[in-house]
Amino acid sequence: MSLTTKVGGATIDYVDKRTGILGPAKANFRKLFPDHWSFMLGEIVLYSFIVLLLTGTYLTFFFKPSMAEVVYNGSYVPLKGIEMSEAYASTLHISFDVRGGLLIRQIHHWAALFFVAAMIVHMFRVFFTGAFRRPRELNWVVGGIMLMIGLLEGFAGYSLPDDLLSGVGVRIVSGIVEAIPIVGTYLMFFIWGGEFPGTDFIPRLFIVHVLLFPAILLALVGVHLVLIFYLKHTQYPGRGRTEDNVVGYPLFPIYTAKAGGFFFIVFGLITLVSAVVTINPVWAYGPYVPDQVTADSQPDWYIGFLDGMLRAFPNWEWILFGHTWSWNVFIPGLVMPGILFTALALYPFFESWITGDKREHHILDRPRNAPVRTGIGVMAITFFGIATINGANDLLAVGFHLSINQITWFTRIGLFVAPPLAFVATHRLCIGLQRRDRDKLLHGRETGRILRLPHGEFIEVHEPITDTEKAVILSHPQRRPLPMPAKTDENGVRTPRYRWRWIQAKLSSFWYRDSVETPSAAEIEAAEEHMRHGIGSEHEHRGDFEISHHEIGESETVEALTSRSEED
Amino acid sequence: MSTDLTPGSPGNLPATTGTADGAGREQPLYPLAPHQLRLTDTDPRAAKRAERQVATMFGLSALLIVAFVVAYVMVQTDQYLDLGNIGKFQLSNVLLGLTFGGAVFLIGAGAIHWAKKLMADEEMVDYRHPAATDDETRASLLEDFNDGLAESGFAQRRMVRRTLIGALALFPVPLVVLLRDLGPLPGTSLRETIWKAGERIVTDVTLRPIRPSDIPVGGLVNASPGSLEEVQHAEGNMNERAKAVIILVRMTPEQIKSQQGEGWDYNGILAFSKICTHVGCPIALYQHVTHHLLCPCHQSTFDLSDSGNVVFGPANRRLPQLPITVDDAGYLVASSDFHEPVGPSFWERG
Amino acid sequence: MTRAPRRRHPFAGVAVLLVGLVATGTAFAAVNAGTSAQASGAVASQTQVEAGRQLYVEGCASCHGIAGEGTEEYPSLIGTGAAAVDFQMQTGKMPATSPGVQVIGKPRNYSDDEIAAIAAYVASLGAGPAIPTAAELDFAGADLSEGGTLFRTNCMQCHNFAGKGGALSDGAFAPSLMDVDSKIIWEAMLTGPQNMPIFSNETLPPESKQAILKWIDHLQNDKDPGGLALGSMGPVSEGVFVWIVGLGLVLAVTVWIGAKVR
Repeated sequence: MSLTTKVGGATIDYVDKRTGILGPAKANFRKLFPDHWSFMLGEIVLYSFIVLLLTGTYLTFFFKPSMAEVVYNGSYVPLKGIEMSEAYASTLHISFDVRGGLLIRQIHHWAALFFVAAMIVHMFRVFFTGAFRRPRELNWVVGGIMLMIGLLEGFAGYSLPDDLLSGVGVRIVSGIVEAIPIVGTYLMFFIWGGEFPGTDFIPRLFIVHVLLFPAILLALVGVHLVLIFYLKHTQYPGRGRTEDNVVGYPLFPIYTAKAGGFFFIVFGLITLVSAVVTINPVWAYGPYVPDQVTADSQPDWYIGFLDGMLRAFPNWEWILFGHTWSWNVFIPGLVMPGILFTALALYPFFESWITGDKREHHILDRPRNAPVRTGIGVMAITFFGIATINGANDLLAVGFHLSINQITWFTRIGLFVAPPLAFVATHRLCIGLQRRDRDKLLHGRETGRILRLPHGEFIEVHEPITDTEKAVILSHPQRRPLPMPAKTDENGVRTPRYRWRWIQAKLSSFWYRDSVETPSAAEIEAAEEHMRHGIGSEHEHRGDFEISHHEIGESETVEALTSRSEED
Repeated sequence: MSTDLTPGSPGNLPATTGTADGAGREQPLYPLAPHQLRLTDTDPRAAKRAERQVATMFGLSALLIVAFVVAYVMVQTDQYLDLGNIGKFQLSNVLLGLTFGGAVFLIGAGAIHWAKKLMADEEMVDYRHPAATDDETRASLLEDFNDGLAESGFAQRRMVRRTLIGALALFPVPLVVLLRDLGPLPGTSLRETIWKAGERIVTDVTLRPIRPSDIPVGGLVNASPGSLEEVQHAEGNMNERAKAVIILVRMTPEQIKSQQGEGWDYNGILAFSKICTHVGCPIALYQHVTHHLLCPCHQSTFDLSDSGNVVFGPANRRLPQLPITVDDAGYLVASSDFHEPVGPSFWERG
Repeated sequence: MTRAPRRRHPFAGVAVLLVGLVATGTAFAAVNAGTSAQASGAVASQTQVEAGRQLYVEGCASCHGIAGEGTEEYPSLIGTGAAAVDFQMQTGKMPATSPGVQVIGKPRNYSDDEIAAIAAYVASLGAGPAIPTAAELDFAGADLSEGGTLFRTNCMQCHNFAGKGGALSDGAFAPSLMDVDSKIIWEAMLTGPQNMPIFSNETLPPESKQAILKWIDHLQNDKDPGGLALGSMGPVSEGVFVWIVGLGLVLAVTVWIGAKVR
């Protein structure tokens, strides 16, 4: 017995005698996790979060969350003698007078950008593969809440230094709060401790940023991970994979090394980026003063879509019964994000209502096999993308010599027109891929080998696809839309909730519209038999025929022949 | 294997996921691909090489940590690395970041390389369990629950139950009420600024009073009330600044299409609030040929020659105009406060 | 757009300034017997004005009128002063090739002598801001921090916090200040070219202008100390970086981790 085992054994023994930890540990120690690069997206989020906690704690040792006016006297010459808030002064102190302070600040901010970006990519991975289906709907909702809090937490974080850019952002938020009907003005006065900017906001925001939101996030991360462990990870379709099993590598030692190592990789990469690329150069913006502003006033990228919607929204405002309804601020600033996040959180329930599919799913969908879902996802990305781009319309205007007004009009129209177009295009693409899958099953893979038959006809040789490919394609359980409800039952009694069920059935048939039938076992068998026979006979007669090898696309003639042979 | 065509269940698939074994578990249609040995599994020299690579990464990492400490001690924050066209770097930031980042990265890379090359890599299979608790446990829990309910008397003692519900419903009230003193009530504060008749207009930053002749046609001055600095220091906040700041622009009297009040200009000099009526950004992107004022935050555009009306963008309301005149000493002063609230809309504004 | 801002030798700005000043000074000295143009006082020599008039009639009169009175579409030059002429012609904005939302600068096609002559002629039409003297442009004694505050109050809203320029309405834009020398900036503040408003010497006195010049010099020559500045375009370029480079690197690693080993 080696020394490590002895020491380790003694420690484990000590802890177990006091906690009984070995029971739960045994259950999870060799837990299997499937291997795929896209399963590590969530890990990026988790690891950037840990990096954020570590560096954030360090920053609190130096940061002074106070809006009291001080005169800067630190070592950054261009700001010497300027009046500023203590928050801003201490941020400069961290950047220029604390060794490694700038590094930690830049790591913290870069990690925040990684955090949200990875969260969104992870979310779309889960979405497009249908990993949110039963039994994981609640984990999806937890993820949605984390995304929302992540955005707010990011906003709170970059607002704390009280620099000119973030101060303008805070001013915008105060304007959005003021636009809430009935309670807006009061809410704004309570949050800011009076009029804008006051002296209470930064200290209050600080405690929200370092305690309230991180605590909620930490709790939700815990729930998220426990559920992943309890439900076991989903897996992509493939050989040996069923809904009842999980194929992969054990937590110990493979994932201890891979996932643990990946934490260090993420931490290392963020640190390397922070070493050479500046982020949020607060010293360049200057301290916040309510009468100063810079061109290119933008939020961090993940708030960009909100800013973009705020920029694009028409200037509707009503004065009704002596009160102001600022639709131009309230709708894009609060109602639309509210709708977007609610729709996001409720999506799994919506989908299972339409499909009538309440089963447990552990094998992931291929995006092509759920064309409507994939279309909705691409539609959301399109909307989010256009709104985000409009959040930088002033930069685009300068960079591409356009007019801000043109870009804004493009966005106003594009936000409504482009997402449906993206949906249709994606839906068609998915159906096309489904057809290709069916073709591959029935006619095999095109080999690019052209064969000339005795009577002069050219054909391309097709080969059956591999078992791995077959396992993937056949993993897709085909379903039928819900039946249209009868208006009345056989006794003439009106079907309860007829209208509701009619809508459900209509949506359901839309969901499955144009889906390609997977061939039956008999069809596949016959097709494979045909292919085997075909190839076999070719081999037999190889000596007798003139055989030439071509790559597909080598010449027009070959292409023409290829397409002809496909029609067969 | 299911082949039923009932809604929401697998359709006509021949062998979606294969057949079931004795324990009712689905068997895969295509079995797991046979395990393939890696070079490091078959060639001891390759394994040795991988081991050396991993060890090199860990070793380098340790060296970088030493380098980090050296850099921390040796390099101060005021030393810079100027790489001309590439950029200027705080030397300590670069050295600390590269050494620490490199060290951390190498630990990760080493661990993963180790896992990929040297640890056993045969895929294993485990079975899932349904998410739900089994029926027996459920039944037994329900029994426990009913027992407890009966023992508590919660169901029978209606008075206890109702008063408890009432008490619990009210208990959060103090938690909400306590929030009241987070801030004062708005009152009329959003409708007033410190501008008043005779209040001198001074330039921002340099605080110089302004004579009308100081501003040429096409000129722009960022200005504020003369008493602002005093008020700001007395109150210890920038609340008044956030409402009172203005811009002065001058055009020829013929260029002025309309104003918010008769004679609110002074010989073509117009004073407008600098705070956008959309969500309150300060605006001073003035184009003196078109007389357009653009907000850099959301691109609301105001025509200052036409009462400050909105010509583009999400803002709905015109930019409030400040009536101005000159005092006895010949300096520009306000004739009164703004006649409407400055800044973003709010519910009570009307 | 270039990502990395253009860098120059720390002394490049000063050198350009010196060369410019010397050249302008020599040109003046040659024709004008050493007098520099003053706002209302010193008048350029008659020969220089006459030379300027000749050049003006050839190159400018078709738009601005035979005696600078302007036409229906193009502005009068009476009272615009020498500074405006110097600004417009040194930057190559005038003579304009085509009218549009905004006239763009291009390599100038008049010599310093010729520009000085035209400036003298236009100045003779009516009093206007003069070309700043070397003494006025000497910002060495100005306060850098105050320059920063003045810049943030008066300039940054259009020209961006790093002087990179920014968008205005209807396709107009505020140009970058990165490669502009002090004299041109001074003239721009004083004369309000195109859509830029005028910051007169009375509301923004010469010492404030000097402080602003000092700040712009700092923006031009002192690079952002945090490392690569990503074009100083604020959070947008940071967002683009994190998606393309940042996530790109991390995803490359995930693919490496997930890849099968042979």
